[in-house]
Amino acid sequence: MNRFLWPLIGFVALVILLAVGLNLNPRDVPSPLVGKPAPLFSLAKLDAPEQNFSPKDLLGKVWLLNVWSTWCVSCRQEHPVLVEMAKSKTVTLIGLNYKEVRGDGELDADKIAPDAEMKLALQRSNAWLNKHGNPYNLSVLDLDGRVGIDYGVYGVPETYVIDKAGVIRMKHTGPISPDDFSGKILPLVVELNK
Amino acid sequence: MNNVNIHYRDTEPQRTHREKHLAWFSLRNLCASASLWWILIVALFAFPAFAKEAAPLAQDETVEKRMVDISSELRCLVCQNESLSGSHAELANDLRREIRTLIRDGKSDSEIMEFMTNRYGDFVRYRPPLKGTTLLLWFGPALFLVGGFAVLVLYLRRRNKAITNVPLSEIEQRQADRLLNAKEPQQ
Repeated sequence: MNRFLWPLIGFVALVILLAVGLNLNPRDVPSPLVGKPAPLFSLAKLDAPEQNFSPKDLLGKVWLLNVWSTWCVSCRQEHPVLVEMAKSKTVTLIGLNYKEVRGDGELDADKIAPDAEMKLALQRSNAWLNKHGNPYNLSVLDLDGRVGIDYGVYGVPETYVIDKAGVIRMKHTGPISPDDFSGKILPLVVELNK
Repeated sequence: MNNVNIHYRDTEPQRTHREKHLAWFSLRNLCASASLWWILIVALFAFPAFAKEAAPLAQDETVEKRMVDISSELRCLVCQNESLSGSHAELANDLRREIRTLIRDGKSDSEIMEFMTNRYGDFVRYRPPLKGTTLLLWFGPALFLVGGFAVLVLYLRRRNKAITNVPLSEIEQRQADRLLNAKEPQQ
């Protein structure tokens, strides 16, 4: 009895270890920025490019920073969730438009002049928001992706929950599903708003 | 800064190609005709080209070499089994550009590593640092080895004890003697 019991226990332990390990999502890389102040930036607003937005403007508010782009396929997937969320007006939603022109594999960004890039980015992203609905309180343009690097963005979409003190409290990678929103993001926002 | 980098990325291969071409051109003419005129003409064309372009290339080469050294220690987060230096992902491109800028700004290797881990976490490093959360990662294999040895030693000792403690009965002793004293082994 004892002779077979220990190998069996060892085998079961190995199966559990592998089952847990293989079911982890390798894309779900823990962000070192959680618990740290949101990196500051100053970027042109999408609806008023002559004005800039900085995270400082939202100190004292709980807000979401959602990284999006018109060439990003998964952004289309999460977009209805964001639109629905915006209707309920539970939380301020800021869009970070990530590499609108340079990120699009179908465009040769090296051949586009800097001022033409800005124009093209504005035109493309505004058209996209008009078509699919604009859930954002405002969006800013990160043309070269430098702000994206400061936030540790490695894929679009990504969403950050930022508290009243300007500290990042959560990072969600990939599209937000309705369950992600009602189960993870909303409870955190409600708690941070207390 | 970005424009400068894009420009650099675009023109660099062409520049090296032209230089090689010029060098080859001058050598061939030297051998073939050995005319002083040719040497003069080639020298006139070749020297300004070298003087103007060789310096930035040499400088860029050291930057490039350091960039490759650093980025091969880093994981590309888009295609996770590739290093940052070998990846063609858009983000890898951006990050390599960022590393080049940091090198030109005079940042040390460890400062650049810190820049990356501050943003993407220890996961970007192929050699994670030794700290509380990575203890099991670093010493887990050794732990398994020691544990395996301990189990093996315990098992063997217990088995040895079990074997030596059984004396033969009189009948068994006789059977054993008969078998051992048989002249031919039975087929």
